[in-house]
Amino acid sequence: MSLLEIKNLRAEVDGHEILRGVNLIVNPGEVHSIMGPNGSGKSTLAQVLSRHETYNVTAGEVLFNGKDLLAMKPEEAACEGVFMAFQYPVEIPGIGNTYFLRSALNAIRKYRGQDEIDAMDFLPMFREKLKLLEMDEKLMNRSLNEGFSGGEKKRNEILQLAVLEPTLAILDETDSGLDIDALRIVASGVNAMRDANRSFIVVTHYQRLLNYIVPDFVHVLVEGRIVRSGGPKLALELEEKGYGAIDLAQSVAQA
Amino acid sequence: MTSAAQTQTRQLEHYLGSFAEFSKRAVGHSLPWLRTLRENALERFCQVGFPTTRDEDWRFTNISAIAEMPFRFSSEPVRISTRDLDPWQMEAAACRLVFVNGHFSAELSTLPNLPAGVHVSSLAKQIAEKPAEIEHQLGAYLDTERDAFCALNTAFAEDGAYIHIARGVVLSEPIQLLFLSAAIGGPLMTHPRNLIVAEEESQAAIIEDYVSLNGSTAAALSNTVTELVARDNAVVSHYLIEREDARAFNVSTLRIQQGRSTNVASHSLLIGGAIVRNNVHPVLAGEGGECLINGLFIGNGRQHLDNYMYVEHAKPHCGSRQFYNGILDGHGHGVFHGRIIVHKDAQKTDAKQTNRNLLLSDNAQIDTKPQLEIYADDVKCTHGATIGQIEEGALFYLRSRGIDELSARKLLLLAFASECLDRMKEQPARAFAQELINDCLFEVSKRRDDAAPAQGTDHGRRWKEVG
Repeated sequence: MSLLEIKNLRAEVDGHEILRGVNLIVNPGEVHSIMGPNGSGKSTLAQVLSRHETYNVTAGEVLFNGKDLLAMKPEEAACEGVFMAFQYPVEIPGIGNTYFLRSALNAIRKYRGQDEIDAMDFLPMFREKLKLLEMDEKLMNRSLNEGFSGGEKKRNEILQLAVLEPTLAILDETDSGLDIDALRIVASGVNAMRDANRSFIVVTHYQRLLNYIVPDFVHVLVEGRIVRSGGPKLALELEEKGYGAIDLAQSVAQA
Repeated sequence: MTSAAQTQTRQLEHYLGSFAEFSKRAVGHSLPWLRTLRENALERFCQVGFPTTRDEDWRFTNISAIAEMPFRFSSEPVRISTRDLDPWQMEAAACRLVFVNGHFSAELSTLPNLPAGVHVSSLAKQIAEKPAEIEHQLGAYLDTERDAFCALNTAFAEDGAYIHIARGVVLSEPIQLLFLSAAIGGPLMTHPRNLIVAEEESQAAIIEDYVSLNGSTAAALSNTVTELVARDNAVVSHYLIEREDARAFNVSTLRIQQGRSTNVASHSLLIGGAIVRNNVHPVLAGEGGECLINGLFIGNGRQHLDNYMYVEHAKPHCGSRQFYNGILDGHGHGVFHGRIIVHKDAQKTDAKQTNRNLLLSDNAQIDTKPQLEIYADDVKCTHGATIGQIEEGALFYLRSRGIDELSARKLLLLAFASECLDRMKEQPARAFAQELINDCLFEVSKRRDDAAPAQGTDHGRRWKEVG
């Protein structure tokens, strides 16, 4: 069974249709990259999958592990194994990073009928993940993302991914605004998480990230539809020719 | 005579009659200075009467319910056992004085051996036994001219706590003053009066805690005045916790007199009561004094929680910081009125005021009003206020990590409240406040879930409608 199956997904916000019939199948262990120009619906797709409520789904179906994902609340989707690394992680003063992560982990464990993990057991595992992302433990004593640099916020997203161990991770433009060192750290964090049961959807505007996280499939989203799919080479082609060429190819194909 | 005037006359007659009866039997009625203090205060109260919303200082708080209620001034003795007090236990207090309807109860209080130099007793006992010690302190700083409730309190001042910390003495555990209202058989008005004197270089923390007896059948008004005198270099923290029942009225005034290089903190936590007015009036009367005024108010139902700050800078190089956070739900109404007065000589004053509010429902209301009066020319005064709702982005972020909506909301409210908690230096007091806030916010979150209409899985709409 595929992990994720998106069938003819249509979604709108404030009456504007953004997704116009997206079809995608993600099998366990696969890494899919979704590329596309600004405003093509990449982030919308990521947000719908993580159950953001701003978007109104008008048609289609999304099955996650065979279950109706669109019927789930955000927390249910998370507990079922969906994780989104945000493009713009929010700062929440007053909630400590470590406390937050342990609360999240325990919420998920509780949902799955597992025992809650106490601070003593949590800490060694947490420290290991911190090392993976080359993050300072002192940062974790601060409030959630408060005063973090752009790179620290993105690394914190991947740290959460590493702790929560989802089966589907959606990275929404995780590369944007990162310098090359931060990009390498983030990518190696993601690569360390790759295994036969965990799948990734990597949403990105640029090909650069895909040098470090090599996808199995690349899809091009234009005006709310996937217009081309291919292997990792497609990303290189896009980088060279730009999205304009794809757009044109599509209109020719339709004509 | 208009009917309004008639009503007012009838009200005053009620207070005059009660005073005539009170002044004959009150503790210390034969002391000329105390008699004069009480009589002058009553006279002042009769001149001005209860404030109305036409008074600038009471613009946002209508107390006609208090003015019109036929309060009694004393009650039949209420039988209370120490077990009744269990819900209000505070761990790690140095001692606990319990007042039932404004009167000290020796049997309910816990007064272990306190360190030398720490004197804690009831005010009534002090007046009866050693009045000379307090003659020049009681009422010395309170402004009965400006505030009718302060005048009324002074007229009926008889009992409360008297705390004296001798020079250089440091008391590490807080002193808890528990005021228990038990209005049975009719509305009851009490006038607790506290006097706290911290001598030079001393240090102490005092917690005033207002609660209602489970089983009260009528409205109780606690009209409290606390005079806090901090002599040079003293460090004092004062906590006000209002958690009375939904019928209770609570008007309190904390008048702080600060000497040179003193450090005083006023923390308040308003979570109970129907109409609550919290007056904090520090006067920085010595160079280099620091004053922190920190508060959190959480209103729900039809609660009205009014915080009135009146900060006077009278000497140079003093700093004052006001931080008040409000969380209002249901038809809750909050007020923050922050007035800072910088007198002519108070150069190099550094005064800051911040009021942040979360409104959780369409019917919740906050009135926030900064007021700066500056008569010196080299000062730094800032003020700011914000009003917002729970941030949807933050809520979604938490939920997207597996935390359910209810817990996420509560976490965000706690985070907002923790700003105030973090400023409480005394660990036992902070832990105590944290627990109260936890319970209170849990109630707020829970109520929301009950009240939310069933709308299938469309939680987005539900959230918008309720919040």
